[in-house]
Amino acid sequence: MEIGAYSFGDTQRNTDGTLRSTTEAIANLFEAIKHADAQGLDYFGVGEHHTATMPASSPGAMIAAAAAATGQITLGSAASIIGTDDPVRIFQQFAIADAISGGGRVEITAGRGSSVETFPLFGHSLEEYDELYAEKLDLLMTINNATTENVTWSGTVRPALDNLAVVPRPASGKLPIWLATGGNASSSARAGQLGLPVSYGIIGGAPHRFAPLAELYRRSGAAAGHAPETLKVSVGALGFVAPTKKEALERFYPGWHNLNVEMGQLRGWPAPDKRAYLAQADAPGAYYVGAPDEVAERIAHLHGHLGHMRHFLQMDLGGIPQEHLLESITLLATEVKPRVARLLAQK
Amino acid sequence: MDIGAQEHTASRGTIGILGAGRVGTAIARLAVAAGYRVKIATSKPAAENALIIEIVTPGAEAVDAAEAAGSDLVVVAVPLHKYKSVNADALAGAVVVDAMNYWSVTDGDIADFEVDDRSSSEVVAAHLSASRVVKSFNHIGYHEMEPDSAAPGTADRRALAIASNDAAAKEQVAAFIDALGFDVVDAGELASGKAYEPGTDVFNGRFNANELSMKLRPSLVTA
Repeated sequence: MEIGAYSFGDTQRNTDGTLRSTTEAIANLFEAIKHADAQGLDYFGVGEHHTATMPASSPGAMIAAAAAATGQITLGSAASIIGTDDPVRIFQQFAIADAISGGGRVEITAGRGSSVETFPLFGHSLEEYDELYAEKLDLLMTINNATTENVTWSGTVRPALDNLAVVPRPASGKLPIWLATGGNASSSARAGQLGLPVSYGIIGGAPHRFAPLAELYRRSGAAAGHAPETLKVSVGALGFVAPTKKEALERFYPGWHNLNVEMGQLRGWPAPDKRAYLAQADAPGAYYVGAPDEVAERIAHLHGHLGHMRHFLQMDLGGIPQEHLLESITLLATEVKPRVARLLAQK
Repeated sequence: MDIGAQEHTASRGTIGILGAGRVGTAIARLAVAAGYRVKIATSKPAAENALIIEIVTPGAEAVDAAEAAGSDLVVVAVPLHKYKSVNADALAGAVVVDAMNYWSVTDGDIADFEVDDRSSSEVVAAHLSASRVVKSFNHIGYHEMEPDSAAPGTADRRALAIASNDAAAKEQVAAFIDALGFDVVDAGELASGKAYEPGTDVFNGRFNANELSMKLRPSLVTA
């Protein structure tokens, strides 16, 4: 089982709650990825987000830099908002990062995005939401599956490619392309039909409730003739690791609170409720917050339901201190990861 | 199907659900568990949904939209920007539960819902002009539906609001919601649905029947 982390970039806060610079947030994210690599974490995902509190708006740029500064970790987007970006550009950026990584360490995860900031930002109409997503995913796959540098494609949401070069090609010929979903059944069926590995973003409710979706995904994939080993499942969730459960809860809560206050103002989410937080931070809740033993046990337990091959956590929410993030990454890599391996070997 | 199951479903009736997203499938699972015959349809032909329905809502049937529309009660849970794709003629006379929300910060602005200050269900009802529209299920998270459902009489049972201009339709929907595991609070006319749309306290919280009545009282007074 691969163990990893993901981040949208997290902007630090002053003691009065005001935001520090987004430049600092990106520098912190870069440091966190290098630290994750040095500690032995398997995966780091950079999520595309476009807010002052989460400014990692260009995963390709971040991953290219990280590819140059790391040695073993797999790097990917978590996720790239495919509908409002240009798949040619996404592919080119990630193929360049792949070359810089030495080949084979870079992936793309394509998602719809749960918010709509990118639509006005890049001049797209929300009425085209579904068509943009479907067609651009098709274009991204067409480029990736091409056997030559020249690609031919046509659709309705962007100009056609008539035997045009899209370079560089990835070192191993193709990049892994994952499909991200928050749990809509038809997205699982679609990922299976396309034969793409699927990445579940589980940020609320009980994670084991995704078991039927994983089954739907695998059965849809099998029905479409895809080999079982190509039908991989990963899980991205909120979580935090500290030496003790008490410390983990205390360190993660202020950022969770800040995030929910902010999202509440932005999207009308419920006011933060500490009881809800505590309920989610224990099994069977959605947050993997605790000491290494508990987090490892809960990941292994979910594996019994989903059979996933990668579990990665978003830990930096709402301006948590950078040293707490780095310690959580260390514990995830050096304490949680070997425990998960032992627990799964015992099964 | 065994005889007992047939009797059971016959006693409850048939629920049609338009939309197989997270809300539609959660309601479907609760309805199957409560003993209803459940028919789910999307804009796709039934055969394309068969595997999804078999795995995600075991016990429900994948049908075409026209067949689902003929059920005793129909829940509409499609993405709101597609509400006009719901066939209004097929739903003429039907009791329709509108489980949708207008939530512009996550779904973007939709012109039909920006032009005036009607509740979103009134806009939907204007499209489904021959249906008996009841607004409910919009203020509970899809992932909360199954864990929060509880048997009638359970202490602190969660309550859901209903609003409609059709008293008999409201009664039928109230019985359905109770069977699925929630108390029901009557918020009044369809226009009162505004009191539990996104951005309100009701939308943002979890309440038992007493608490929900208190929350809805100001809007009932002004309605």
